[in-house]
Amino acid sequence: MKENIISVKELCKNFGKFKAVDRITFDVKRGEIFGFLGANGAGKTTAIRMLCGLSYPTSGSGTVAGFDVMRNGEKIKHHIGYMSQRFSLYDDLTVYENMKLFGGIYGLSKMQVERRSVEILNQLQFKSEINTLVGSLPLGWKQKLAFCVASLHRPEIVFLDEPTGGVDPVTRRQFWEMIYKASSEGTTIFVTTHYMDEAEYCNRVSIMVDGQIKALDSPAELKKQFNASAIDEVFRSLARGAKRGE
Amino acid sequence: MRQDAIEINGISKNYGALKALDGITFNVGRGEVFGLIGPDGAGKSTLFRILVTLIDSDGGSAKVDGMDILNDYHSIRNKIGYMPGKFSLYPDLTVEENINFFAALFHVTLEQNYDLIAPIYKQIEPFKTRRAGKLSGGMKQKLALCCSLIHKPDVLFLDEPTTGVDAVSRSEFWDMLLELQKKGLSILVSTPYMDEASKCNRIALINGGKILDINTPDGIVNNFKEPLYAVSGTNMYGILTATRQEKEVVDCYPFGAAHHIVASENFNPEFLKQTLEERGFKNIELNKTKAGIEDVFIKLMHTQ
Amino acid sequence: MTGFASFVKKESLHILRDKWTLLIILIFPIVELLLFGFAISIEIKNINFAVSVPHRTEAIRKQVEQISSNPYFTFRGYISGNEVDKELRSGKSDAVVEFSKDNSVLIALDASNPNKAMEGAGYLQSILMSGNSNASETTSNLSSIIPETHMLYNPQMNSAYNFVPGIMGLIFILICAMMTSVSIVREKETGTMDVLLVSPVKPIRIIFAKMVPYFTLSCINLACILFLARYVLKVPMSGNLGGVIGISLLYLSLALALGLLISTVTSKQITALIISGMLLLLPIIMLSGMVFPIENMPAALKPLTYIVPARWYISAIRKLMIEGLPFKYVLKEFSVLLTMTLFLVALALKNFKDKME
Repeated sequence: MKENIISVKELCKNFGKFKAVDRITFDVKRGEIFGFLGANGAGKTTAIRMLCGLSYPTSGSGTVAGFDVMRNGEKIKHHIGYMSQRFSLYDDLTVYENMKLFGGIYGLSKMQVERRSVEILNQLQFKSEINTLVGSLPLGWKQKLAFCVASLHRPEIVFLDEPTGGVDPVTRRQFWEMIYKASSEGTTIFVTTHYMDEAEYCNRVSIMVDGQIKALDSPAELKKQFNASAIDEVFRSLARGAKRGE
Repeated sequence: MRQDAIEINGISKNYGALKALDGITFNVGRGEVFGLIGPDGAGKSTLFRILVTLIDSDGGSAKVDGMDILNDYHSIRNKIGYMPGKFSLYPDLTVEENINFFAALFHVTLEQNYDLIAPIYKQIEPFKTRRAGKLSGGMKQKLALCCSLIHKPDVLFLDEPTTGVDAVSRSEFWDMLLELQKKGLSILVSTPYMDEASKCNRIALINGGKILDINTPDGIVNNFKEPLYAVSGTNMYGILTATRQEKEVVDCYPFGAAHHIVASENFNPEFLKQTLEERGFKNIELNKTKAGIEDVFIKLMHTQ
Repeated sequence: MTGFASFVKKESLHILRDKWTLLIILIFPIVELLLFGFAISIEIKNINFAVSVPHRTEAIRKQVEQISSNPYFTFRGYISGNEVDKELRSGKSDAVVEFSKDNSVLIALDASNPNKAMEGAGYLQSILMSGNSNASETTSNLSSIIPETHMLYNPQMNSAYNFVPGIMGLIFILICAMMTSVSIVREKETGTMDVLLVSPVKPIRIIFAKMVPYFTLSCINLACILFLARYVLKVPMSGNLGGVIGISLLYLSLALALGLLISTVTSKQITALIISGMLLLLPIIMLSGMVFPIENMPAALKPLTYIVPARWYISAIRKLMIEGLPFKYVLKEFSVLLTMTLFLVALALKNFKDKME
């Protein structure tokens, strides 16, 4: 049995009277691809912020990469990678400048940054673009690169917040192959998405509604439980019961 | 016979060396829901902005509602509704104030065209005193749709109305569009989600500023002639890399719960299954499957 | 509600909902005015001075009395000639007047605050000079060493008087040009401009509707400033109030046109802010005569001041408000401002397109 890399119990986050996240409990195992689904406003972003050490829970307990979410937010940040659709890389810096910047932020030495950058660019067959401004790359390429940069410091967990929004179907799949590969090498992937076919690629999926986790299992088990042919249907039947907007 | 709602003839647009649009040609019939399907950067928004007379094209011509986009752009603006990619609402105004403002913009009142927007407006009416910035993504989308319908346009342009919106709101949104279609509107809608294509009467697949294919959703899918199989089992990543090494496999890619295999004519599914099992993969299921829009898109992207 | 009125309403709602910005717009001019006008004038009002003399004569006693009677000066006492440095360094006095045996007068000042020293010197000179006329027969040499200084219109050199027109010139540009350009560009940034352009309404009408609330706000500011200037800072307002208001309204229109022009050349709020900050504020502060008198500027800079609208406005307001001249004396300023306004409006309208680039 693999160890838990994320383990949270009864985690809550209130904003005044509003329970953004309402007693969520779950574990994520090392090397797992964990899909974190939910409708807009279900509380996903708030939950991710707590797991990344960006905000402290109102109550509950848990650890991420071995550090306490209630007390050690700063330490968590050093052991995770984060990438979102809204912000991934600086458009006005070149590919290599971005790598040096983020490598530096996570305390890698010049040598390490250089070696890993070359390795990544070779793997992406992207070496010719090393001095290209990120802003002039197609979105799909940018996102693939952002994923590599988020993993540059070899974090134990990578959080991906809607990484593939708007990306073409071919590149989207290349992106998921990178996720598969990272996972097979032991990196834990925690991912949100609006593409329901991508939910099927995950080892396990949780579905959040109104701040609570309403379902959590492997895609196959969920489909069995809900007597559905695709995760899409499971998601809809749960999310339709949502009472709150955003 | 009235003219088509939209006639596009060889429209091109360049940004420096980049060909954002490269000779786009297609027609949208009256009362048709026409989907423009393609990823970010395919040129969808640029085409929309040209058709709604916001920017000029570099070449080609187009007519909207029978009027030329260059010469009659003022008249066109009376007849079209446009919902840009980011919901163009005022976040600091309430739902009601937004609607009233857009009504005034088109010299109408909410009451005048209430019939048309009522089914949508009723869903957001309980929140009419709420600031638009505080609405959820789905609500914002409905409000933006109301605002673009307020003057009862003939032709509706919806640029990625469902991007960033969750699956439930997306399917509700499509239900609303089909209701509007029944009332006689012609709708051009763009989306990066391939699964939405089946809701359209006809679709155009677009990538890199070029149209890859135009047809009904069924027509597009039926053009996929290569044998297509779905394979699944435990350790999906391992199966993916192993399958790709097989000779008769043209392409293999993740596709939801299974991987899709595009095969050549000589492909033997039994042989592949055996090979995979011999290599230690368990619970292998390998069946023939029907192509979806996304399979077609992937194939066309490779041949482009 | 007709179209135009509802556009104005929408724009007013934007402003009213943004409480902090609204507060700043309304409070900023008042704070600025009180800060520049009041704080600075209080400082200059209180100059401590000592006198060093070889022999106390009747003439000198009279002069000291004359200085002391001025509300700006406080007499600290007589000191001996070798105590001057100590007196100033210790901060007991800001100025020492030394009468020497040969009847010449030396004024020593603590110039660590140059403004205070300059003003103090100016005051002392003028007081001593007027004292000379009375005692010219006995101390005839004194007048020859004191330069002739005339302090016209602002005999107490009340700095508030000078700053009021400057602050008006600054604030109206800030609110009208900066705020309108930012609010127009914001619509480009959020994408709402696309929808506005695609509507059948002439976009320029929406833009004009946008200006109305800012114009109104500026009028409120104008009223506040005039009220404060008259009743709190006691600026005489001897001239023609109608003229002050008229030329201010013209200046407001000019600022609005500038704002529109800026919004036509930028597509990001931050760029609009920087342009209005660097291109409008700095020249107003440096080149309008608000802080540095135009007469003292290097010859190379002087021609530049002619294209700064605030220069003409400030000059006109000074003439009307402080010197109390009738309107016909500012006709030159008025026509320059009018020409500039028309030019800017024309340029802005020419630049404003109802399509995107």
